[in-house]
Amino acid sequence: MDSIDILISILGSTIRLSIPLIFTALAGLFSERSGIFDIGLEGKMLAAAFASACIAYLTNNAWAGLGAGILISVALSLVHGFASITNRGNQIVSGVAINFIVAGLTIVLGQAWFGQGGRTPQLMAAGRFGEIKFPYAEELRGSGYLGKFYADVISGHNILTYLAFAAVPISWWILYRTRFGLRLRAVGENPGAVDTAGISVTWLRYRAVICAGILCGFSGTYLAIAQSAAFIKDMSAGKGYIALAALIFAKWKPVPVMFACLLFGFLDAFANFMQGKQVPGIGEVPVQIFQALPYILTCILLAGFIGVAHPPKAGGVPYTKER
Amino acid sequence: MSTASVPLPNWINYGLIPLLNLTLAFVISGLVVWLIGENPFEALKLLLIGALGRGEGIGFTLFFATNFIFTGLSVAVAIHAGLFNIGSEGQAYLGGLGAALVALALDNYLPWYLTMPVAVIGAAAFGALWALIPAWLQAYRGSHIVITTIMFNFIGAALMVYLLVNVLIVPGKMAPETRTFLEGGQLPKLDWLLAIFGMKLGAAPFNFSFIIALVMCVAVWFLIWRTKLGYEMRTLGISPSAAAYAGIPYARTVIITMLISGGLAGMMALNPVMGASARLQVEFVGGAGFVGIAVSLMGRNHPLGIVLAALLFGILYQGGGELSFDMPNITRDMIVVIQGLVILFAGALEYMFRPAIVRLYQSFAKA
Repeated sequence: MDSIDILISILGSTIRLSIPLIFTALAGLFSERSGIFDIGLEGKMLAAAFASACIAYLTNNAWAGLGAGILISVALSLVHGFASITNRGNQIVSGVAINFIVAGLTIVLGQAWFGQGGRTPQLMAAGRFGEIKFPYAEELRGSGYLGKFYADVISGHNILTYLAFAAVPISWWILYRTRFGLRLRAVGENPGAVDTAGISVTWLRYRAVICAGILCGFSGTYLAIAQSAAFIKDMSAGKGYIALAALIFAKWKPVPVMFACLLFGFLDAFANFMQGKQVPGIGEVPVQIFQALPYILTCILLAGFIGVAHPPKAGGVPYTKER
Repeated sequence: MSTASVPLPNWINYGLIPLLNLTLAFVISGLVVWLIGENPFEALKLLLIGALGRGEGIGFTLFFATNFIFTGLSVAVAIHAGLFNIGSEGQAYLGGLGAALVALALDNYLPWYLTMPVAVIGAAAFGALWALIPAWLQAYRGSHIVITTIMFNFIGAALMVYLLVNVLIVPGKMAPETRTFLEGGQLPKLDWLLAIFGMKLGAAPFNFSFIIALVMCVAVWFLIWRTKLGYEMRTLGISPSAAAYAGIPYARTVIITMLISGGLAGMMALNPVMGASARLQVEFVGGAGFVGIAVSLMGRNHPLGIVLAALLFGILYQGGGELSFDMPNITRDMIVVIQGLVILFAGALEYMFRPAIVRLYQSFAKA
C-alpha cells in the first residue's frame, strides 16, 4: 500500500473515532457556556450507550435506541441540574457522582438482565445505524486518490456521523445567532446581569444542561449501536474526558471544537496504525505516547503556551438570587 | 426569608444531615438490588458477614480501609485549601513507582524497618511530584486544578503502563510487573493486632501501612488545626480574598497544599505494593483515588470522619466481593454504584434537606 492509500484509511478511521468526541464536546460546550461545569459527560455517554443498546435489542429498531439513549442522558442531565442549579451543590462533585453511578449501574443491570458479563446481546442489522453509501462511491473508488477519498472518507459512514458534522454549525447558529444562545452565553459570564434583565437564570441553565443531555445521547448511541453492535462494559473508555480536553483545547468555541476533536481522533487513529510498526532510526514508538498526547497538549494549552484559554467567567459558581 | 443563612446546631449539621443523606444513598442502593430481583436485606446481611464475620474478612476490610484513609486524607487536605484534587488516583499510581524503586534498590541489603522510611519518602515524593505541575498551573497560570489533575490521571496511567511494559518488566516474562520484592522490601502483616482480639488474619494482606495511615491522620489533624500553614490553608479555602488581604501568599499555599495532598495519595501505594502483592503491577490503584473523594466528603474532611468513612467503604469493598459469590446477580460493580450515590447525596446534594430541616427546627424552637 502506498502512503496516500494509508493516509486515506487513517483519515477514514479518524472520522469514525472523532464522532463521539464531537457530540460530547458540543454537549460540554452548551453546559459550560451557561456556567455549569460538566465532568459527567463520560457518564451520560456511557448511560446512553447502554440504554440505546438495550432498547435497540428489544425493539430491533435503531431509532428507538437513539430515543432511549437521549432520554436517559437527559434524565441524568436533570439530576446534574437538580444538584448544581436547584440545590447549588458542587458541580464537579455532582459530575463525578454521575460518572460512578453509571459506570457501576450499567454493568450491574447488564449482568442482571442479560447475564453476559456486562455485555448486551449482539444486535441485528435493523437495530443498528448502517453505513450510507453515497452515489457512485464504488465506481469512483478505482479512479485515483480523489475517488478513493470520496469513497472511504466522505461516503460510507452512518447517519449519526453526518449528523455530528451538521451539529457543529447548528450549535454555532444556536449559540451565536439566536436570542436563547446570547442569553445562554451571558448567563455563563454574568448571571447577575441576566437576572436583572428579568430572565430566569435557573430555567436558562436547565435548558442548557438539557441540550448537553441530548448531545451526549447521540454520542453514546453512536458508540453502542453505530460503531459497535452491542454495549460493552466501560465502552466510553475515557472519551468523555478527551472530549472535555478538546472543549478546553478549542477554547469553548463550536467550530474549533470540531477541529480539536478531529485532531484528537486523528491521534487515536494514528496510534492504532502505528501499533507494532518500526520507525527507521527510532524503533517502535510506544502507543502510550499517542494515548497521553491529547491530555499533554491540553495541559500545555492551559499553561498558556498556545494562546490563552478563557473559561466562562461564572463557570462552576452556583447562582444565588438573594442575599 | 432564605433558609441558607439560618444557623443550625452542630448535632444537626454534623450528625443529622449527613446521616439523612447517607440513608437516602443506601435506600436507593437497596432499591437497585430489589430491582434486579434480589432481597436487599438478605444482601446486606451477606455483605456484613463477608466483611466482618471472620478474622480474614476483617483483615481484608482493614486492608481496603487503609487505602481509603490515605486517599481520603489526600482529597481532604486539598479541599481545606479550596482545591479539588481529582488526581489522587494518578498520584497514588506514581507513588507506587516511588515505593517500588526504593524496594527494588534496598530489599537485598536492608531489613524492612529500614527500607520502610525510605519507601514512605519515595512514595510521597513521587506522588507529590505528580501533583506539582497541576499545582503550578493553578498557582501561576490560573488553569483549573480539576481539569489538570484529570488530565494527569490519564498521562500518569499511560506513563506507568509504558514503564511497566518496557522498562520495569522482568526480562522473559509476559506479565507487565516488577520482580517480587524480597522480605526486606515487604511490609509485615499485622496478624498480632488481630490476635489480640482472638482472630486469625488468614490470607488477608492487612499490614503495617495501616499504622502509617493512622499516624498520617494525626499528622493531618495537627497540620490543619494546629499549625500556621493549616490556618493559612483554611483561610484560603473559605475566602481567597480574605486570605489575600491577610497577606497569605496564594501561589505558595496552593503549591504546598497540593504537594502534601499528592504525597498522601502517593503513600497509599505502600499498602498494595509493599504490603500485599510485593511487586508493582498495572492498575494496582484500582479506583481507590476516586473512593477518596467519597470518603473525604462523607468524613466531612476531618481525619476522624475519614477513618470512619474509610472503614465503611472497606466493609463495602470486602463485603461486596463476598456478596457477589453468594448472589451472582449482584456483581462487584454494585460497590461503584453505592460509591456514586454516596458522592451524589453526601456531596452534591448535601443541602437538599437543609431548607426543610431549618423550617422544622424553627417551628420547634418557637414552641
